[in-house]
Amino acid sequence: MTRRPVLILATLLAGCAQVTERVVLLPGPDGGTGALSVGTDRGETVLAAPYAMVEIKAGKPSAATSNAEQVRDRYGALLDAQPPQPRSFVLYFHFDRIDLTTDSEPVLARIKEALAAMPAAEVLIVGHTDTMGSEARNDRLALRRAEVVRAALIAVGIPPSAISVSGRGERDLAVETADGMPEPRNRRAEIKIR
Amino acid sequence: MRIRFRLLFLALASGLWAAHVPAAEPAGPAGMVKTLQGSVTVERAGQRIPASAGTPVLVGDRVRTGHDGSVGITLRDDTRLTAGPDSTLLITEFRYNPNTSEGSLLASLLKGTFSVITGLIAKRSPENVNFRTPTMTLGIRGTEFVVDVKGEAD
Repeated sequence: MTRRPVLILATLLAGCAQVTERVVLLPGPDGGTGALSVGTDRGETVLAAPYAMVEIKAGKPSAATSNAEQVRDRYGALLDAQPPQPRSFVLYFHFDRIDLTTDSEPVLARIKEALAAMPAAEVLIVGHTDTMGSEARNDRLALRRAEVVRAALIAVGIPPSAISVSGRGERDLAVETADGMPEPRNRRAEIKIR
Repeated sequence: MRIRFRLLFLALASGLWAAHVPAAEPAGPAGMVKTLQGSVTVERAGQRIPASAGTPVLVGDRVRTGHDGSVGITLRDDTRLTAGPDSTLLITEFRYNPNTSEGSLLASLLKGTFSVITGLIAKRSPENVNFRTPTMTLGIRGTEFVVDVKGEAD
């Protein structure tokens, strides 16, 4: 049930005598291809193979197939202008603390590197805890974990306005456990950058 | 008495609304301009705003690129919309709940060249993601479907 991102190219060729619109389905970043329905007032076509396309000629849709070279020639500059792919990271914390585990230190360094390469980067940080302790206490701890990551990113020059933080306490466990269970994989902050 | 009735009706109506519409975050930007070349403007409420990297994109915004322009926009659900030179696109509808990935997206590709990489709404509910061109309506289909290609109708 993995759904892959669907890549679409659409061209609207005003003034062109023949083809006035074209849509091409591209293979996704992970190599898979999604599927796309193309509806017009003359019916619906489903594109499901890489480089399958529909062209509108004299108002009529016709199905055809493009290829990687053709797409590169026609739309290379467009594809190069795409924003970078958003990325997700997880940082882990010591029990009942807001300092990172040793393993997570290099991950934090990678987040900083990735952010430095992203134009107009936005960061979403969500703190979590395991089920030890009360819910109220864990809500506070989760938020403090998110805030400590935020501070580390502000320290390397990410504007505070680009960072949003929240704490989910023990309400969003990575690993389901009974209440009152220590679980290192739940003591975490999830960081999304885009 | 009449006023009280009306209030009750409103409360019921908003309850129904909440039940049928997936909860979305309070209205905020749909996305942000990330990459940009040449001249790019955002038309919002009759105003023309020159865009730059970091410019928020709202529902209802018309984004235009000039002869030398291109723009890459990342929406809050990670959808990436890129427009080449001499292009116009309109963000017609965008709702997104980051906790559930529920939402909907409709963008109108009015003129030019575009590339789209779908995001989390398309993953969660592909039927809620659509793009319109002057003659086509593009809808996302999940990869797990068996596909029946009808070809040209008529």
